[in-house]
Amino acid sequence: MVTRDVTTCAVGQVLYTPWCDAHGKVIDDGTVSRLDERTYRLTSAEPNLRWLAMNSVGLDVTVEDMSARTAALALQGPLSRAVLEQVSPADFASLKYFRLVHTTINDIPVTISRTGYTGDLGFEIWVDADAAVSVWDSLMPFTTAYGLTPCGIWALDLARIEAGLIMLDVDYVSSHHAIIEDQKSSPYEINLGWTVSDTKGPYNGRAALRALKAAGNKWGFVGLEIRWESLEKLYAKRGIPPKLPTIAWRTSTPVCVDDGVVAGYATSGCWSPLLKKYIALAHLQAPHFGPGTDVWMDINVEHRREQVEATVRKLPFFDPERKRA
Amino acid sequence: MANGYDVIVIGASADGLVAATALAKAGKRVLVVDSATAIGGESRAFEFAPGFVAAPFALDAGWVPPVVARGIGVAPPPSVAPEFSVTVATNDGFLALPVDASRAATAIKPHSTRDAARWPAFVSQLRKLSGFLEVLYQTPAPDVDAVSFSDLSALLGVGGALRGMGREDMTELLRALPMSVQDFLDDHLESTSLKAAVGAGGVRDLRQGARSGGTTFNLLHYIVGAPAGSVRARSRWKGGWGAFGTVLFDAARAAGVTIKLGRGVARILVRDDAVTGVLMDDAEEIFARDVVSTLDPSHTMLRLVDPVWLDPEFIRAVRNIRYRGCTALVLYAVDKLPEVPGLDSVVSLTPTLTDLERAYDAAKYRQLSQTPHVELTAPSLRWGGMAPEGKHVVVARVSYDGREASPEPRALNPDDDVTARAASVIARHLPSFENSVLARAVLTPHDIEARFGLTGGTPTHGEVALDQILFMRPVAGSSRYAMPIDGLYLGGPGAHPGPGVTGAAGWLAARALIRNKRKA
Amino acid sequence: MSTSRYDAIVIGGGHNGLITAAYLARAGRKTVVLEKRPVLGGAAVTEQIFPGFKFSVFSYVVSLLRPEIIRDLDLPSHGLQILPLESTVTPLDNGDYLAGWADPDETRHELERHSPRDAEAAVQFGRLMHHMAMAVKPILAMVPPDPASLAPSDLKGLLKFAGHFRSLGAERFHALHKLMTMSSADYLDEWYEFDPLKATKSASGIIGTFLGPRSPGSAYVLLHHYMGEIDGAFRAWGFQKGGTGAISESIASAARALGAEVRTDAGVAHVIVRDGRAVGVALANGNELHAPIVVSSLDPRRTFVDLVDKKELPDELLSEVSRYRFRGSSGKVNLALSGLPSFTCMPGVGPHLRGAISISPSLEYLERAYDDAKYGEFSRNPYMDIVIPSMIDPGMAPPGKHVMSIFVQYAPYNLNGGWTDAKREAFGDAVVNTLERYAPNIKSLILHRQVLTPADIERITGLSEGNIFAGELALQQLFFLRPSSRWAKYRTPIRGYWQCGSGTHPGGGIMGASGRLAALEIVKAT
Repeated sequence: MVTRDVTTCAVGQVLYTPWCDAHGKVIDDGTVSRLDERTYRLTSAEPNLRWLAMNSVGLDVTVEDMSARTAALALQGPLSRAVLEQVSPADFASLKYFRLVHTTINDIPVTISRTGYTGDLGFEIWVDADAAVSVWDSLMPFTTAYGLTPCGIWALDLARIEAGLIMLDVDYVSSHHAIIEDQKSSPYEINLGWTVSDTKGPYNGRAALRALKAAGNKWGFVGLEIRWESLEKLYAKRGIPPKLPTIAWRTSTPVCVDDGVVAGYATSGCWSPLLKKYIALAHLQAPHFGPGTDVWMDINVEHRREQVEATVRKLPFFDPERKRA
Repeated sequence: MANGYDVIVIGASADGLVAATALAKAGKRVLVVDSATAIGGESRAFEFAPGFVAAPFALDAGWVPPVVARGIGVAPPPSVAPEFSVTVATNDGFLALPVDASRAATAIKPHSTRDAARWPAFVSQLRKLSGFLEVLYQTPAPDVDAVSFSDLSALLGVGGALRGMGREDMTELLRALPMSVQDFLDDHLESTSLKAAVGAGGVRDLRQGARSGGTTFNLLHYIVGAPAGSVRARSRWKGGWGAFGTVLFDAARAAGVTIKLGRGVARILVRDDAVTGVLMDDAEEIFARDVVSTLDPSHTMLRLVDPVWLDPEFIRAVRNIRYRGCTALVLYAVDKLPEVPGLDSVVSLTPTLTDLERAYDAAKYRQLSQTPHVELTAPSLRWGGMAPEGKHVVVARVSYDGREASPEPRALNPDDDVTARAASVIARHLPSFENSVLARAVLTPHDIEARFGLTGGTPTHGEVALDQILFMRPVAGSSRYAMPIDGLYLGGPGAHPGPGVTGAAGWLAARALIRNKRKA
Repeated sequence: MSTSRYDAIVIGGGHNGLITAAYLARAGRKTVVLEKRPVLGGAAVTEQIFPGFKFSVFSYVVSLLRPEIIRDLDLPSHGLQILPLESTVTPLDNGDYLAGWADPDETRHELERHSPRDAEAAVQFGRLMHHMAMAVKPILAMVPPDPASLAPSDLKGLLKFAGHFRSLGAERFHALHKLMTMSSADYLDEWYEFDPLKATKSASGIIGTFLGPRSPGSAYVLLHHYMGEIDGAFRAWGFQKGGTGAISESIASAARALGAEVRTDAGVAHVIVRDGRAVGVALANGNELHAPIVVSSLDPRRTFVDLVDKKELPDELLSEVSRYRFRGSSGKVNLALSGLPSFTCMPGVGPHLRGAISISPSLEYLERAYDDAKYGEFSRNPYMDIVIPSMIDPGMAPPGKHVMSIFVQYAPYNLNGGWTDAKREAFGDAVVNTLERYAPNIKSLILHRQVLTPADIERITGLSEGNIFAGELALQQLFFLRPSSRWAKYRTPIRGYWQCGSGTHPGGGIMGASGRLAALEIVKAT
């Protein structure tokens, strides 16, 4: 069903992968964790039970929806490993990126995977829903010593944009949700070409994806770095310093190339507190998605429509060594 | 390649043999395989009691679309028109409708002088409406995304035929297609018996009642190719139920087709989204670039093909095809036939459409009708060799047996109910029949599925309903015979134009295959 | 007494007649509307049946009134005010319930309780219906071409019609084809597994038809639930403040403001035809009014059989009209209540009483209700759509008291032995007894009961055989076949005589599209 070859996934490994319809257009993306020899856990942004059931027709597979009884808690950041080492006996130093371990937190059985929706070192804790509150309580004593802070989607949104991680129905539209063909994206168009297996046996969209790959990308999914000087100049015209939203925005925003032709659109953006840059994620048409290309993004400067200079950047914006090391 | 062919055709039915012949004539090396040891597909005959033979699904062949006969260069064998098109039980006897319209009018007169006067016009209108379908059934189904020139010209041809019918008939066609057969007949006729006689054709092999929309279409579908004046029975081959099969068999052999009987297909082999051949029941692999299946779409796509090659949406669509066989068959060996005119055609023992509707109600609740709709035919009146000298075969079609989809496990021998209820209906109208019965055999939809490999226990390969015909057959988006696996074609009644149009789907599938390969 | 010469006379003061008149007046035509009853609205009337209790006697909810009509006639400033109907609750036979709430997330959680797969399917189903509604919408605004005609305008119309379908693309065209031809039960079987959900959804497919949920042709009406949503003008279903009669009043007020005259107690005896041309109408009181344009908003049988002499009409039209099917299948029970009913599945007062209660516990329940009607009896256990308008619009009943509107199916017009007073009461009893199974205190609350059979609906509103859509919404009676193949473009064989009622395309429900399209055609042609 998914575009990656799951047979290469070892027990205890996690794969990130999208899955497509027959036309090679992305339905959703998520992770596949191989929990044991014959059990895999799929996470997704949207409910996919019906699609999974449709895919399982005629195959020797059982699909079980465990959403309601499974809780997940992401513990992300440079000190996340240090915190886990305080509460869990597992060897986190040797837990590699995109691997998982079955262990305990204060004697509560949990599965911890070295995964996350940020660009930093981080873990996700999977636990039976009934024990979720106890796991939370086990971690909360570390707020002062390690600066542990509960946070929600607004904070996560900044982190995932810095990490160049896409969000369903923000950066792309599921082919199951799209109203028109143009709203759909192939994996190649949202930077997920690397997840499409060339060698795997049959899966949904395989033939279409081969053709799409051969035809070359019409669209690229890239980072935009907004030029601060350009921004400053636009605001200065109105007599004020640059004023940016404090949370990420998710409004589709036209992006032009230098002859004023619309060449794409940005789907989310924010001021990156880590990088001290104004960044955005954007879809750009060929040939404008090469890193270093200069483009202009629409911006509302004190109630006036303006265009700000930006440069195409390769994703992710933020990719520290410690994330994988 | 020792065991390789260009095309393997699954099923030695009329469709399969027509497709094979057409392909062989186009220069292909063709193999036909069939799990049965005789040709004919589900219309083949079998012995149900010592010395008694029936071919219950071959009750009305007798017509070949001209385009098929021309296409493969065979002359259909001689046929004879039936004397009666249908007979219906009334409260005090039987009303037999001769195919000849003026004789029919005479027969109708005691029931309604108004209907008798209208009859010739009524049958001629039916003929015009089914005549339009006849045009439609000899070309691939026009679809909204028709792109090629030939598609468009076919579309224009059909559109032209439609507009060429003239205002009145065209309006009538557009109105009639979605109507219930009850409404349609109420509009034209007044005699209850007459309506019951004609209307029973509208629910043939359909889990619907006479008041359900779309049953007028079903009526028209099954009289395509019938002789003028018939509202039900079609012509029959003079030389026996298998006469056309023999012609096709000879034509196929003459064209160089290899035919292997008694060998079933276990799997259609696929590699890289393309057919590579078939795996036989005995584990032999036979290679071919193309496979034409005349089995029903569910059997072909869900049982013979590994689902990993199919889009889940396509699988869903195939699984949603409604088959819903709800007609059981009781085959009787008798030493004496009841005295009813038209027993060589169809004798319906349901005197009113309301009775028919009540029989249908049970099917809605997945039960067997308390008083089923029973239709009798004595095929041994048509052809010799079906029964010992002086004895006869009577086939009773018993509707509705709605138990097919019952979630509870079925008893192994549920037949007692079918025979008993059929017997009580027959006894009401033909009291001496039971005494003439020497032996009987029962095929419930369940048995039909098991015995003939027909999904849902019906020979339709998918109900003839408005959402399952033309460009919706077998499923939307795949109505041009090519299935979504390269080199796999569906050429049986599960494809347009559907059941009862002898060889048409096989011919059209072969043409699609030849054309696609030319493009490639 | 006003003058008796007009540019246009509209027969019937239902919503379509009033809309036609408003549009004609807007085009500068001196127009009069003639309504036989003392109240305006036809089947969209509010009446005080019992002192202090106001009822939307027949039609009781709105969903489909075309937004362009609301805009063109500026109806909100004439009193149109739609209050949202917030939920649908189906009591189940096991004491549980199935609810659909205004908040999609709440609905989803509710569905997940019964079937997680259905909860997911519902999202995709809703999206498909949205596509389908978008596909159908342009057709609602199209004057049907005559498929058998060779006139350039018809050929152009046919090409436009065909072009529209081609532009949908194969996938959506096929989906629409399925919707047009399937039974609602079969259609829903392809999507859902939870039977009460299928039953409740399919119930909207049988309303106003003489079909059961397993009868092909019933799927199309499912779409209507989604038609209102795509315009974003208001929620799918709602109540008019003051009852549906207030909608009629608002349209009448708009028509008057545009210069039209609206007369009540003005029944028309027949249309005056001279030399094949309509020149006016004769009123029941003997007076005559004259105009070169006479528009009938009545159903096709009244329009062609009752109002004009059949010698003025070609045989083929008369024969088509005689075959046009009405077959009223629904009744209405209006209750004045001393308090609120308590449903076993949701005891006491709650938000569910502000929405619809649907008595549709299973597909088999609906199908068996239909079986009774097929053989000429009213359903012993009928399908019911119940609303309590006074919960949302307290002005409908005295303080602390309530009005309950129960739409009931099936009640066949052609009841075995015909409708009598005794049968009417027996029908009312069947409704109340069925309701009592789900709301045990209902009988103790009933102060007054009004039971309306299809025969009553016909007698009071004039709708033939009590069909609430002025003719069944069956495929063979839609678009260029509504009401007759050659006369689907609002014209009639009599020059100057026009039709604008729900019996013409697109028809059905308080939609108003027929009235508007007819007026636009009249203005274009004269």
